[in-house]
Amino acid sequence: MAEYLQLSYADIALASVFLLLNGALSLWLRLGIARNLAFAMVRMVGQLLLVGLILKKLFEIQSPWLTLLVALFMASFAAREIWARQERRLKGWCGVAIGGTAMGASVGVVALMALIVLVQPDPWWNPRYALPLLGMIMGNAMTGISLALDTLHTALNREQRAIEAQLLLGAGKWQAMRPFIRQAMRAGMMPSINGMAAIGVVSLPGMMTGQILSGVDPNEAVKYQLMVMFLIAGATGLAVMLATLGSARALSDDRDRLRIDRLRKVGK
Amino acid sequence: MIEINALTRLHIGPVNLSLADGEVVAITGPSGSGKSVLLRAIADLDPNAGRLRTQSGARADMPAPAWRRKVAYLPAESGWWADIVSEHFEKPELADLASLGISPEAMGWEVARLSSGERQRLAFLRLLEHAPDVLLLDEPTAPLDGENTALFEARLQRCIAAGVSVLLVTHDPAQAARIADRHYVLADGQLSEAAHG
Repeated sequence: MAEYLQLSYADIALASVFLLLNGALSLWLRLGIARNLAFAMVRMVGQLLLVGLILKKLFEIQSPWLTLLVALFMASFAAREIWARQERRLKGWCGVAIGGTAMGASVGVVALMALIVLVQPDPWWNPRYALPLLGMIMGNAMTGISLALDTLHTALNREQRAIEAQLLLGAGKWQAMRPFIRQAMRAGMMPSINGMAAIGVVSLPGMMTGQILSGVDPNEAVKYQLMVMFLIAGATGLAVMLATLGSARALSDDRDRLRIDRLRKVGK
Repeated sequence: MIEINALTRLHIGPVNLSLADGEVVAITGPSGSGKSVLLRAIADLDPNAGRLRTQSGARADMPAPAWRRKVAYLPAESGWWADIVSEHFEKPELADLASLGISPEAMGWEVARLSSGERQRLAFLRLLEHAPDVLLLDEPTAPLDGENTALFEARLQRCIAAGVSVLLVTHDPAQAARIADRHYVLADGQLSEAAHG
């Protein structure tokens, strides 16, 4: 691996000058975002420094159980985030469980395959490879699922009359919900598809940029990025389909009824 | 015919009611008394308990979609899931538009340009495609003017003459008197036969 140019904390502080200038301008223009900006900035600095420390420690300790624990913590945080981002949620434990299970299952399978078959670190669960990979895949699956479920729940609620009109004419629940299931799946997968289309031309992905900046040969960085993009898009698609079908199933019953009563609107 | 035994849903019931072939029962009651809730429960559109059967069989013995084709519910406001009217019919060419005073071109229209009265009448026609045993009608003529109400009632009389049983929720005592053989009132979740009419 080639040498990389180390950054000092003074360099980082200097890099924040433009953001601070933004803050000053927004105060002057009374945009009302200075407080949010400052909070987001401080939070980012805190979170990233903390993550850096934790990762460093984890890499030193090299414990499979500790790695698993961190992975589970990430997954539960993501499951909660999926739940929190829906304007209408399923009531009860289903609300968290469907999104969480769909994400856990698809991300788990894809990440395991990537580690054991593709990257093959030694040991296979080596946190230096497992955690960043898991994080990238999980983050995208999380966004996909929350978009899909939010779309599905909003559509089923809004189109209740149209869906029930079909049920009343003797349609089955899947037939009556099909357009909205399709719409939700599209919404969930669109960001990954758009991401693949624009990559490299409009934006250089963060991971690849990071690798290039830290001295990795661009060809190698591209290979890694391609692998990650395939994994992300594959896992997100699976997760979106599982979550959408699971939620549509939970919002109907075995007598082919639409069960909008199982949704709860979150006050804004 | 339809037999309803011990039907309960939320605060409503137990409801016991039998309609012979071609019999019409009108149900009235104050707003919010649950008339629509009762019809939805009979159509099995919401969770409910009770034993129901028509000449086609018992509700418990058939899949819900088959039941709903035979026990056809026309809600007060109809639902539409496609853009063009004809997409909501299985055999659009067979629908008897003229009998309800609807333009013969209506099948090609966009749903969005239909008046509420046209929607109601077209929703009624699409229910009839499955040759139901029973019609559950929720304020069917509320959006219709006098002339179209008369056409609707005449079309309904044809169904009744063919043996279809009708459960009619209405606010119009004159309509109940015109069509219904018996008259019930729903209040406090209980169905009771009206004194007369």
